Amino acid sequence: MSPILTISGLHKSFGKVEVLKGIDLTMQQGDVVSLIGSSGSGKTTLLRCVNLLEDFEQGSIELAGQSIGYKQEGGQRRRLSEREIARQRAMTGMAFQQFNLFPHMTAIRNVMLGLIKTKKMPKDEARAIAEKWLERVGMGQRRDHYPGQLSGGQQQRVAIARAIAMNPQIMLFDEVTSALDPELVAEVLAVVRDLANEGMTMLLVTHEMRFARDVSSKVVFMHQGRIHEEGAPEQIFGAPKTERLQGFLANSEF
Amino acid sequence: MNFSLFLTELWNARLSLLSGLGDTILISVASVILGSVLGVFVGLAMTYGAKWLRFVVRLYIDFLRGTPVFVLILACFYILSVVGLDLTAFQAGVLALTLFCSSHVGEIVRGALSAIPQGQTEAAKSVGLTFGQTFVYVLLPQALRQILPTWVNTATEIVKASTLLSIIGVVELLLATQQVISRTYLSLEFYLFAGFVYFLLNFVIEQAGRAVERRISIP
Ligand SMILES: Nc1ncnc2c1ncn2[C@@H]1O[C@H](COP(=O)(O)OP(=O)(O)OP(=O)(O)O)[C@@H](O)[C@H]1O
Ligand SMILES: [Mg+2]
Repeated sequence: MSPILTISGLHKSFGKVEVLKGIDLTMQQGDVVSLIGSSGSGKTTLLRCVNLLEDFEQGSIELAGQSIGYKQEGGQRRRLSEREIARQRAMTGMAFQQFNLFPHMTAIRNVMLGLIKTKKMPKDEARAIAEKWLERVGMGQRRDHYPGQLSGGQQQRVAIARAIAMNPQIMLFDEVTSALDPELVAEVLAVVRDLANEGMTMLLVTHEMRFARDVSSKVVFMHQGRIHEEGAPEQIFGAPKTERLQGFLANSEF
Repeated sequence: MNFSLFLTELWNARLSLLSGLGDTILISVASVILGSVLGVFVGLAMTYGAKWLRFVVRLYIDFLRGTPVFVLILACFYILSVVGLDLTAFQAGVLALTLFCSSHVGEIVRGALSAIPQGQTEAAKSVGLTFGQTFVYVLLPQALRQILPTWVNTATEIVKASTLLSIIGVVELLLATQQVISRTYLSLEFYLFAGFVYFLLNFVIEQAGRAVERRISIP
């Protein structure tokens, strides 16, 4: 089976500072890969490159057979047109740490926007899909609430529904629980876990080590812009090889 | 104060006063609409423009905001005719107020757009919206809500500033009133009356603004 996501030799700099120093990562359909690592190691930046929220200078990302963001043309590396890039962004679903729901729209409108504007769906069809997904994340009852009327956990669940309703090839989660009060973390993790169990391909950044161990098919430990160690969760958490990872795990909460 | 005499003279002058009021409203509405449209572009250029464009627009805003409206009106009326652009006093006045309004609206729009968290744009992008769609469906609706109170304030400023057009001979409400006074010598009564009408105009604008604000406020 050909991989759904192939990242090869990815380099990314902010000005003079190189933040990603050659990342290689392959994912099969249905894989759940957790990115762990200390603050500033480049986890968020990696997700943002996959979602084309950041440009990158070197290397390539291939998603479902398409080269993401750039094409080779006569030996030259060219950025795709804005329209192409917008279309490719919709192939990945992103859930942000800060939810980023649109505050002037109800929950269901938030979910419908991309369906109507990007997928050009008729309103009725978009509404049906949005209702289905809000139901799935346990937010069916509150679909007509505005984000300001929802708790953080509820907002995050709506945000996940908004991303996944677009039927993306892969879901990206960036520390979706770290802005939440402790008592709200579980409800969001439960949603992510359900999606994983149903075979959704996901790449997630998390500080919840126990959760990463439970849901992941693979865990990737990043350090200073490189993949320092990767492997099955039992191996990464049970028998870490490198000193850095051992040190990192010793300082993490379980 | 002779109240019944005032009422009689008010009745006699009703047509010229109404025509003055009509001009005041026309000047204000035209300047606010034209100035707001121009101002939105000014704000967009300030927010998303290239560096050189932002610099030019910054100069434009600072120059217009640093100049008294009075001077602006005189400049539009006298200087433009020197350059061969012949505007009527009415047109020159509306032009001056439009420029004045655009600099204020430009600044308001810039402020409102830059106050929207970056995450909003990113969330819109990540569901595949283009920049244009992001602006129309995500940024503008949020910016407009924020802009509204200040924008209403600008509109009332324009109504007040429209009195300055009397200097270049536009017979708006103030000049119409002065003409009536020069005929009747009831200066106190008619100035009070004009003042009351201006107050009423701005009161209506502010109330309308509040009503709209309530309607579109986000829970
Ligand atoms: N827009 C930016 N401009 C400049 N530097 C940036 C920018 N975004 C991130 N960086 C830098 O890139 C490095 C990697 O950041 P990144 O956010 O990817 O780390 P992270 O692994 O997600 O960390 P955390 O666990 O704190 O979220 C950091 O040193 C950060 O300061
Ligand atoms: Mg991060």
